[in-house]
Amino acid sequence: MKPSAHTDSKPQQQARAGSLIAALEEIQARHGYLPQKALLELHKRTGASLVDIYGVATFYRAFSLKPRGKHLVSVCLGTACHVNRAPVVAREVERLLDIKAGDTTNDREFTLETVNCLGACALGPVVVVDGHYFPAVSPAKVSEILQSSRDGLNNVTVETDQRVFPLAVACARCNHSLMDPTHPIDGHPSIRVTAAFDSKHGWVALSCLYGSYNVDNEYEIPEDVVVNMFCPHCHAELLGGGTCLECGAPMVPMIVRGGGIVQICSRRGCRGHMLDVSGAIFA
Amino acid sequence: MIRLSINGLEASFEKGTTLLEAARFLGFPIPTLCHMEGLSPYGACRLCVVEIGEGQGAKLVTSCTYPVEEGLHVRTASTRVMRARRMIIELLLASCPQSKVIQDLASEHGVRRQRFRQEHETCILCGLCVRMCEEQMAAGAIGFRGRGERRSIGTPFDITSEICRQCGGCIYVCPACQLRCTYNAPEKAICGGCANLQPPCLEKERFDDMMCYMEPCAACEIKKD
Repeated sequence: MKPSAHTDSKPQQQARAGSLIAALEEIQARHGYLPQKALLELHKRTGASLVDIYGVATFYRAFSLKPRGKHLVSVCLGTACHVNRAPVVAREVERLLDIKAGDTTNDREFTLETVNCLGACALGPVVVVDGHYFPAVSPAKVSEILQSSRDGLNNVTVETDQRVFPLAVACARCNHSLMDPTHPIDGHPSIRVTAAFDSKHGWVALSCLYGSYNVDNEYEIPEDVVVNMFCPHCHAELLGGGTCLECGAPMVPMIVRGGGIVQICSRRGCRGHMLDVSGAIFA
Repeated sequence: MIRLSINGLEASFEKGTTLLEAARFLGFPIPTLCHMEGLSPYGACRLCVVEIGEGQGAKLVTSCTYPVEEGLHVRTASTRVMRARRMIIELLLASCPQSKVIQDLASEHGVRRQRFRQEHETCILCGLCVRMCEEQMAAGAIGFRGRGERRSIGTPFDITSEICRQCGGCIYVCPACQLRCTYNAPEKAICGGCANLQPPCLEKERFDDMMCYMEPCAACEIKKD
């Protein structure tokens, strides 16, 4: 191959790689991880070479080829945490969960990962479970943290009214909880996401009651405007939900704690939504 | 045509020629590991570094990926280049000592010590096999997986590839696994067996008493007996 021919094909390759990441994000949002079957299907559908797909999927840490647990435990091993004996904490978590870093427990309750810095060095050693920061963790505290995660950090009591019940949801990509107890709506923690429309970019708090449409926001969103919603933790767009059956706007998917996916319409005023708690993602 | 000087020799080359092609055309030897004619340049092994620019602005670039530039002053064997090359070979030795290709390079460049923690990798991630498979065999059965220290080459999901025709092209081009240095590795694995060989190498002028260019390596054969 001539050198010039190689350099010419570069922009094309980059464009393909870009759409590949979007496609993988969609699969990850739908299943919570990247199943082998889905990647083979993607290869057949798009014609992208399987080595490229696999290479990208294993390169980025945001993608996981193994099923993820319900709770994501991140132990910081950054410099400040490291000198504060974070490796001992990490070993204790590994011992209690009986898994190695990067693995998921057999009952799919916990996924353990070690990270290199969470930017909370003054709190070290830091352990983060589903977006909740636990500062100055000692090995003795680990079992307590795991137990409280098992019980649910954002536990919301289920109401008796069958049509209106609260959901605890998380970002499909980073698994961080989207629940915001500091900003209650309808007496329950709200679902906090970042919303962008026109050139505005601000937070939106949604009611976590399924069937309630109460919303609080930084910028007033006009009726009928389609907004893009982002996870406030990993800043990824909440994508891959398909389109609204009522108005055709993209649906915004979120993972329901305990299994399942809830999708809401991204158009302000549209009441299209879908709840799938068949537990398909962890089946 | 683009005019430039390589080691003080003025010459002109067509646009798009790489410095490596130009230097080799003029007869200046530049060692390479990840370069192969017919495959796209990659710049992974860094062995082909040359020095360009003047004074403070002088810098090392990989000649296999750097295109010729008007008025460029290239040094293919300056002190700085040779020092960088020896360091690269030392690092390669630290990770992959059983490769005869790397041991030969070490002998040729007079690398007589290896100061790093000794590892015994089977791959130097030069990507020759990946490019061979994709570009010449039009298969694309193997590729890079993971990143950082977990980077590796293999098939997706580590299962037998449906695309692979078992042509063996990947093994043929591999500098790490094709030729094995059978020298029984000491703590810091530099073969150098040929350095003490009797009678001395015929090409000792060029290779400074090294005889690793024989195949199979004569020193290895003698050790075996």
